[in-house]
Amino acid sequence: MGHPELAEKFIANDERMHWHDKALWFVRAKRDNASKSVDEWEKLRKVASQIKAHTLDKLDYYLEEFEKNATAKGLHVHWAKDAKEHNEIVLRLLLNNGAKKLVKSKSMLTEECHLNPYLEEHGIEVVDTDLGERIVQLRKEPPSHIVLPAIHLKKEDVGTTFEEFLGTKKGNSDPTYLTRAARAHLREKFLGADAAMTGVNFGIAETGGVVVCTNEGNADLGASLPKLHIASMGIEKIIPRLKDLAVFTRLLARSATGQPITSYTSHFHAPIIDGQMHIIIVDNGRSAIIGSKDFKSSLQCIRCGACINTCPIYRRSGGYSYGYTIPGPIGSTLGASKDLRANKTLPFACSLCASCSNVCPVQINLHQQLYKHRQSVVAQKLLGFQKHTILKIATWVMKYPLLMDISGKLARAIVPKLPRSIVYSKVNLWGKKRELPPFPKNSFKELYKQRKGK
Amino acid sequence: MKIGLFIPCFMNELYPDASMDTLTILENLGLDVVYPMEQTCCGQAQANTGCSHEASVLAKRFLKIFKDYDYVVAPSGSCVAMVRENYAQWLEGEEGFEHLKKNTYEITEFLHDIIKPENLKFSFSFPHKVSIHNSCHAHRELHMASMSEKNEPEFSKIKTILNLIEGIELLEPSRKDECCGFGGTFAVSEEAVSTAMGIDKVNDHINTGAKFITGVDMSCLMHMQGLIDRQKLPIKTLHIVQILAGGK
Repeated sequence: MGHPELAEKFIANDERMHWHDKALWFVRAKRDNASKSVDEWEKLRKVASQIKAHTLDKLDYYLEEFEKNATAKGLHVHWAKDAKEHNEIVLRLLLNNGAKKLVKSKSMLTEECHLNPYLEEHGIEVVDTDLGERIVQLRKEPPSHIVLPAIHLKKEDVGTTFEEFLGTKKGNSDPTYLTRAARAHLREKFLGADAAMTGVNFGIAETGGVVVCTNEGNADLGASLPKLHIASMGIEKIIPRLKDLAVFTRLLARSATGQPITSYTSHFHAPIIDGQMHIIIVDNGRSAIIGSKDFKSSLQCIRCGACINTCPIYRRSGGYSYGYTIPGPIGSTLGASKDLRANKTLPFACSLCASCSNVCPVQINLHQQLYKHRQSVVAQKLLGFQKHTILKIATWVMKYPLLMDISGKLARAIVPKLPRSIVYSKVNLWGKKRELPPFPKNSFKELYKQRKGK
Repeated sequence: MKIGLFIPCFMNELYPDASMDTLTILENLGLDVVYPMEQTCCGQAQANTGCSHEASVLAKRFLKIFKDYDYVVAPSGSCVAMVRENYAQWLEGEEGFEHLKKNTYEITEFLHDIIKPENLKFSFSFPHKVSIHNSCHAHRELHMASMSEKNEPEFSKIKTILNLIEGIELLEPSRKDECCGFGGTFAVSEEAVSTAMGIDKVNDHINTGAKFITGVDMSCLMHMQGLIDRQKLPIKTLHIVQILAGGK
């Protein structure tokens, strides 16, 4: 099923769809307020975009500098060309250290690599420690949003989930009660863990360290308790200098949730005492995107989720309607770049309203990328024969004004005389929930000619 | 000043009165306006569906027809945005294209930027509550008003022009520039999302207490009016030219 069909299913529950829309609009409104509290907001976006564009242009240089500086600090750097290599490296590190229990803070990259099922197949217990991610993990669901993984769930859904898995009281969906239950459950997991994984928000080439931003402190607890810390980082997460970081930390949380800064902005620049820290640098299709003029800037993304929150389609279709690891505008462009055939409906899951491009803290031209992907869909003959044929015929008619005039005249003469059951038959998707405008007797052109003739 | 009147294809066929209002407004200003008979369509539907070849055919045709006018004026933000923001991919470097791109205007924008508000006088009143519909392409591509996402000073060319009319009371929905879900072929290819967005937008307009919704794109209004008519909702859409031409 493509996006339109999955979206229709989500929309069928009108009450929940509107609840979802309002929850995300609330986040968008908080983001608006936060961005307006910074006078130089638009300038910050521009500078951030320039830093990222520059880094992508010289990515080979900065990645090697990062590796050199990280190694000098006693960190181990690994390179993974794809998801398979990434997962194998993680497993090898765990097995080499006799680790059986892994705690993991949020990392969309490990979702992208489908790491959890891979490790579980190999006998490793993986516990996601971000509260939202733990909720969806218990429910065996993927995250439906990159910052708010369980945004599709209501507190009652969390209550029944915890009742089943954590033994909370039946019917109790009090958020404080449920959070405390999750905290007690996760503490046990942290204390029993043999290894921890984190994502990476920023890798600083100049220092060779990584920065992880969370609101729950779960990355810090994970990275500080067990002796083995593995951080997975996409190649595009590099920034050149420590002082560049401030530009991004000012933008990230404000764009994501409207907070001035995430509760925890943790810098990891060395392993803990008697511990090991590994960084896996992952390509998994990113280099190919760097090579494409139209889509390169999608790699500037800092995963704030602002484009997702503002997207009027996402808010009403839900994260799962995209069928890709990352939903919303940024997911649609990344997904289309990665596998156009599998994700051919995603560039069209967009009304081209351009709100996403306006909120993006690193100025990715998201709506224009989706527009460009549509051309690739057509070029690769993935549009669908019927749609393409209709537009081809329309274009042919539009080349000949007389033909266009005759077609218009016929439509205006015939359609009003047809019975409603024919005009509003199943093939008329416009008419499923909308009336057509009344068909006038004359076109403007006819009136214009008549007037001139007088 | 010679003006080429560009009437979007569907407006020519389905909205002759609003199209005529556009012409009337310009002629009442004493401008020399011509409607080139060979015009058909700007190719936006093709372009937005990814049919680049078909769009390029119509873009080239459009340039040929309109390149010799001082200004091209149309009652549509999105068709104008097609010319100004999207034609370059097919017409960059073609003779007359830079001139066309620079001088193609949505009519409200034309009144605001070229004629200027101080030179406009409307001799009628429109004593009604009107909710402004900021259609996306006029809003975010032509930048006809300040955008809610950006940290920028407040302005609206639409409000500035409409406020010249006596008695009019302008309102805005709570989400002042949320998309209504028309989106061209999106309206049918993503029918469920499109209509859900449309109903939400119409209700937001209704909640202002307005009697009319107005905007610069008949396509968005057609979509919302279609929903209003089906559900018999207590509000009516009017293209901005229908108000500016005398507000019947």
